[in-house]
Amino acid sequence: MTDTTEKAAATAAGAVAQAAPEPAPPPRTARLWRGLTPWLFLIAPLALLITFTYAPIANMIAYSFTDWDGVSPELHYIGGQNYTEIFTREDLFQVFFVSGYYLAASVVQIVAALYFATILSFNVRFRNFFKGVLFFPYLINGVAIGFVFLYFFQDGGTLDAVLALFGYHADHAWLGTPASANVSLAGVSVWRYMGLNFVLFLGAIQSIPGELYEAAELDGAGRWHQFRYIIAPGIRPVLSLTVILSISGSLSVFEIPYIMTGGATGTETFVIQTIKLAFQFNKTGLASAAAVVLLLIILAVTWVQRRLVPDSADNRMDLG
Amino acid sequence: MTRRALARTLVYLSLILAAVVVLLPLGVVVLTSLKSSQEMADDSGALTLPDNLLNFHNYVTAFQDGRMLSAFGNTAFILLFAIGGTVLIGSMTAYAIDRFTFRFKKLVVALFLIAALVPGVTTQVATFQIVNSFGLFDTRWAPIVLYMGTDIVSIYIFLQFVRSIPISLDESARLDGANTFTIYWKIILPLLKPAIATVVIVKGITVYNDFYIPFLYMPSEDLGVISTSLFRFRGPFGAHWETISAGAVLVILPTLIVFLFLQRFIYNGFMRGATK
Repeated sequence: MTDTTEKAAATAAGAVAQAAPEPAPPPRTARLWRGLTPWLFLIAPLALLITFTYAPIANMIAYSFTDWDGVSPELHYIGGQNYTEIFTREDLFQVFFVSGYYLAASVVQIVAALYFATILSFNVRFRNFFKGVLFFPYLINGVAIGFVFLYFFQDGGTLDAVLALFGYHADHAWLGTPASANVSLAGVSVWRYMGLNFVLFLGAIQSIPGELYEAAELDGAGRWHQFRYIIAPGIRPVLSLTVILSISGSLSVFEIPYIMTGGATGTETFVIQTIKLAFQFNKTGLASAAAVVLLLIILAVTWVQRRLVPDSADNRMDLG
Repeated sequence: MTRRALARTLVYLSLILAAVVVLLPLGVVVLTSLKSSQEMADDSGALTLPDNLLNFHNYVTAFQDGRMLSAFGNTAFILLFAIGGTVLIGSMTAYAIDRFTFRFKKLVVALFLIAALVPGVTTQVATFQIVNSFGLFDTRWAPIVLYMGTDIVSIYIFLQFVRSIPISLDESARLDGANTFTIYWKIILPLLKPAIATVVIVKGITVYNDFYIPFLYMPSEDLGVISTSLFRFRGPFGAHWETISAGAVLVILPTLIVFLFLQRFIYNGFMRGATK
């Protein structure tokens, strides 16, 4: 696709170059070419964007009103039946409660990230080491993390061995009951994603001019006051961005529970369920409706956040 | 102990605790990967040291039986094309948006922005049908086009850099007879090197670690990338934690090396990418 664009751009470029030396090029063609040039650069990006983002959204909405199985040429329009099913069938609806665990984990994650970003923005020994250690999990492959923590929660695995060091012999299958399995998995997601929030906060804190702290210190402000009146307002846009990323992240958890439990013992999340509906049970229509619901929730969350924190919305619109 | 000293001690304690929480699960997996299946069966506990610290037998098994070589090959292939494509697509879009005024420009920008709000996981059911209809399902091109097509982060990073390149450069090149495409290729693109480095790193790590897209679009075993190949360890190696651990370490190691060498760029890249 890129290849053809380049060719097209090159031909266009050739045409312009040929036209240039002529004393008086026909103004209409020249204007046409000038109007066309930006589009030559945008053909490939727009084609990809429409084919792989907008067309799927449109199709998905259309599928969601049908009983299509994803394979057969036959599909019937069944109105809002899929949507009714999602909100009334208890087994389908319960995946939302699983998101609650991850939502709670996000709170822990943001608080921890904020704490470590604050203390590491002051002078601390081995600062770069701690920074690296806290961030590194974010870069690790999800499947590898899944295996590392499967072993961690294994009977006689890492966690049990550590607890035994302290004289506590846990006779507890960590991934055995829905509540404990979900808490364990949500803990893994804190382990994995805390570093990203931490680095974002750290960057925001470091962009606050240092004189502010000095002035505050002269005024006798302690660390807590510095945090409360300088750091917290300074990182507000990043904080609000993190909150929204956490909410949409909590709703669309997939990798870790899929790899570690396959969605068993009540750990099935929205995305796991959708994937199973679509690709194992061939219920493309129902899966599409579920995906539309998820998309709408996420868009609603984003919208609310933009209303609440308008300054970060400005940052986003910066693209224009 | 004064109050200040106490606070300092608590700060360091919390940092050390956090470091232990991060490093312990990883460290234990490294230990496990060096144990023999005999030692694993003895059940001496996860924290015991392996008898032989240089026992790389499990790595050989994981690498050969886990088909890691072909996995690294497939990943490299996808990385090459997906990143090359992302750089071209992203820089072209940024150039067009920043340097031209044209009709529907606002609409185009809005299309890219709104797409950034739609999480990829929600649309896969329908995306799958489209990829399938192009005959790309179960080929390495499916992830490549998907990674290329939806990357608003790189467009944003490029845009920031294109903006900082003075327009007078374009104008003087134009006076020398360069056309728009030459300006993009010979002037803008070379000046975008720092942005390209950022995009290559951020995108590279994302693609290397992605599980969802290759898992859905490339089910055949020959097309395993490192995440899907590692995922398949669950089957044949079942409860052989020493082999699974070795596989996990093999997958993490390249990331660790890249991270240690490029730390500063990686932090900056993710900061720039996420705070868009």
